Amino acid sequence: MHKGLEVNLCGVTLKNPVIGASGTFGYGKEYEELYDISVMGAICSKGLTLHKKEGNSGIRTYETKGGLLNSVGLQNPGVDAFIETELDRMLSYDTVTIVNLGGGSLEEYLMGLEKLNKTKVPLIELNISCPNVKSGGMAFGIKSEVAYEVVKEAKKVSKKPLIVKLSPNAEDIVDMALSCEKAGADALSLVNTFKGMAIDIQKRKPIFDNVTAGFSGPAIKPIALRMVYEVKKAVSVPVVGIGGIVSAEDAIEFIMAGAEAVEIGSGNFMNPLLGKEIVENLEKWMNENGVSSLREIRGII
Amino acid sequence: MNYKTGLVKDVKWVNEKDHICLLTVSGDFAGDAGQFYLLRAWEEEPFLSRPISIHDREDDLIRFLFQVKGRGTALLSQLKEGDPIRLLGPLGNGFPVKETYRNVAVIGGGIGTAPLYYLLKECKRKNVRADYYAGFKTEPYLWEQYEKVAESALIATESGAFGKKGFVTEILPQEKDYDAVYLCGPEIMMKNVAAVFSDSVPVYVSMEKRMACGIGACIGCTIKTVNGYQRVCKDGPVFLREDVIFDA
Repeated sequence: MHKGLEVNLCGVTLKNPVIGASGTFGYGKEYEELYDISVMGAICSKGLTLHKKEGNSGIRTYETKGGLLNSVGLQNPGVDAFIETELDRMLSYDTVTIVNLGGGSLEEYLMGLEKLNKTKVPLIELNISCPNVKSGGMAFGIKSEVAYEVVKEAKKVSKKPLIVKLSPNAEDIVDMALSCEKAGADALSLVNTFKGMAIDIQKRKPIFDNVTAGFSGPAIKPIALRMVYEVKKAVSVPVVGIGGIVSAEDAIEFIMAGAEAVEIGSGNFMNPLLGKEIVENLEKWMNENGVSSLREIRGII
Repeated sequence: MNYKTGLVKDVKWVNEKDHICLLTVSGDFAGDAGQFYLLRAWEEEPFLSRPISIHDREDDLIRFLFQVKGRGTALLSQLKEGDPIRLLGPLGNGFPVKETYRNVAVIGGGIGTAPLYYLLKECKRKNVRADYYAGFKTEPYLWEQYEKVAESALIATESGAFGKKGFVTEILPQEKDYDAVYLCGPEIMMKNVAAVFSDSVPVYVSMEKRMACGIGACIGCTIKTVNGYQRVCKDGPVFLREDVIFDA
């Protein structure tokens, strides 16, 4: 693989900047049946929580023009069961494993991190888009001061570098990014899904039992790109760009806007080979454009 | 499981009133009865591919019988001979047909009959006698074809235009012992039909849900079961009726 694709993310070397996004890449094994996932720069686990979560009832995925609404509700087996049944296999792939961790309370985050401290996981992505039980279900990632507290405490506990995954629903994305950086975030990834909804006009009811759902896909790309651009202008920690990436060209846009790496999310559903194809086409683009390292184009905008 | 391109061999309307379409794709595509493929014959829109069960397959072709419901199935129905189409699959677990079974019932409702043709063929190949019972609104789809591979075939229509007037539950035998029962159709139909058979008979139901990845990664197509939410694409689509908590 082209050496110029290499990325250093919080001291961990990724062979390329293409990461399978949490919640869209399972635990790696689902895609391993289709292609050799060691071509990926890294893979993110499904979002985990301290305790097993059943997930949401009703319809969970709903296609819209240019994207997808989802309301999975973080269904996962819990951190212990993940460590027991999935982690070793994930770590055995010749790619970097990132564990995505969420929580309904500060205590849950901290206890989850303590368990992950004892594993060989090299990087943790902290999902702060989860509803905070204490603040009536409002996500940790909406108000900067709430996110600051979580990240600050998480940093005290975690022995692993923390990539904090930001919600685009934050009141002010740049202020949010600065607060997380100040709290000690080693990197930021953005954006998570936008809050959206859909209505079944025949039944005269919302499509989702939860009424609202997370919106992702190519339709959000321009907004995600703008947020990555603005955030990277403000912070000095590495930024991982996420949001509607479905081609190497999309990935290059995010890198030019300042992203160290990119995550491929719902695009995997459009094309199950997308991760692999983006890696190949990134390399091709570099060769065709005389770019010997992504450093030459990163943040040039 | 593979993601590869086939060429459309034929697309034809089986029933225009119910918008039922039969798509034949050339190529060597694997799969067992009750499994499905994600079909895609477009680039970026619609965003997702469409999960369609295997209706029939031979060494060099595969057939899908589907109802046109939205943007994706409409595009599939407009394909022409020679058009490329991408298929991801075979996906899901399929109907288990044990060689030890002697008599089974295969029961479908509406477009839910689509995967049952390949199932009836598999039963025949394994020397399992399969009685076919099907319910439709007004008329059956590809009835003669199904009749040919089934041990016996009975039909009910809501309009009474074909077979017995009423639901499929009204043509089921009262006292025939089956080694297994296979169901595919609307949830309410499967729930009602399953209740006809005693608990000692394994009843397999094929479930449907809006689906994104098709390979078990996104956990977006779950149904309620006694073992918690399970994925239609990976844990199913075929479940034992006692495991499913029906919504209907």
